[in-house]
Amino acid sequence: MFAVRFGLQKFKIDANFEIKSIIQLYAEWLREGKLKVNSDWNRERKIKFTVQDPCQLVRKSFGDPVAEDLRYVVKAVVGEENFIDMTPNRSNNFCCGGGGGFLQSGYPDQRRKYGELKANQILATKADYCITPCHNCHAQVHDLSEMREHPWQTVHLWTLICLSMGILGPNEREYLGDDLKEVDVFHPESAM
Amino acid sequence: MAEEAIKLGGKKQSTFIDKVKELLPEGGNLNLCLTCGACSSGCPATGLEGMDPRKFLRMAALGMDEEITSTKWVWMCSMCTRCVYVCPMKINIPQLVYYARQSWPREERPKGIIGSCDMALRSDTCSAMGASEEDFQFVVEDVLEEYQEAQPEFADMKAPVNKVGAEFFLNQNSREPVTEPDEMVPLWKILHSVGADWTYGTKGWAAENYCLFAADDENWERIVRTKVKAVEDLKAKVWLNTE
Repeated sequence: MFAVRFGLQKFKIDANFEIKSIIQLYAEWLREGKLKVNSDWNRERKIKFTVQDPCQLVRKSFGDPVAEDLRYVVKAVVGEENFIDMTPNRSNNFCCGGGGGFLQSGYPDQRRKYGELKANQILATKADYCITPCHNCHAQVHDLSEMREHPWQTVHLWTLICLSMGILGPNEREYLGDDLKEVDVFHPESAM
Repeated sequence: MAEEAIKLGGKKQSTFIDKVKELLPEGGNLNLCLTCGACSSGCPATGLEGMDPRKFLRMAALGMDEEITSTKWVWMCSMCTRCVYVCPMKINIPQLVYYARQSWPREERPKGIIGSCDMALRSDTCSAMGASEEDFQFVVEDVLEEYQEAQPEFADMKAPVNKVGAEFFLNQNSREPVTEPDEMVPLWKILHSVGADWTYGTKGWAAENYCLFAADDENWERIVRTKVKAVEDLKAKVWLNTE
């Protein structure tokens, strides 16, 4: 997204459309009552979640308002009492080390060293899951967890939204941990 | 008296930092550094290759062009801009890093980044994993059909491709259609549940752009233009990112 948004400015391209993140729309749909999520599934389970603010989305694009949208949606999905913020966060958050092409640059040891700050930030929350609404973040945060024998799971937000709506099928759970693999499975007979 | 003061001879040579200043609005504030170190203290790349953002900027300011344009650190800075965010003078160190990347001969830049940039240039899909227009459409339609059958509540769910006049043109990271297509489904379900009017485009659907990371201006622009044209050709109102 940043590549297009910043590219339009840099190369002086006029575009006759708006650029949005689906995070903004999730929040909009939730406010309008169109997105029918709730956190009942996690009331008893009390599984804890934290969220990675993607640099491209927050600091480099829409700033703190989109970080608030993200928290608004996440809290509605997992329960406010089950959400724990990292410190620092929002526009002041640390990059995970998956950005800028680092994942493809051929320096995995340095990338993991870079990611220590992020890993420690996540570990300090003691969250069971880190929600990563960005593909590069997802890959890097997942890798950082794998390097430490999976102290946390790394998930996309869309997975949790559908889980909370009771419409998450058995084949859409790649990134859920054992604690959630079998929870409220939609059409379990369709497991592949 | 001590020895004579050292006199600097000749005209000041144009250095790397001067060239970058010319390219950036307000010169990127590159000559405003107070040396406070706020950038470095909160930078996860501090210490890698014996470098940090303040050191990088100071070395550039001192005209140490050789070191600035050869350190591998420029590929370890993720250009996340946290240093700019915390800087009292809003100095654009990431842009200095960007142009330092650009100073590397293209063939010496990291193969993984260049390879992904080049792959995206092979077709109008802009997919860094090389998925073609046909591949993408096939995967979307195939997965959709499978889920319409397996989960009858979603029998009328759609994943339109090349629909003209939709509100949202949705892009998709290549990772999903290429390696884990089931991950597209929760997103479709959400869009279906809220009644969103959306479409994919066979052209310009891939969300990633490695030419930016490669500091390859020409091809970065080419990819942006391809995507803009794809969205405009389908007359969508919003270019919607899944991230």
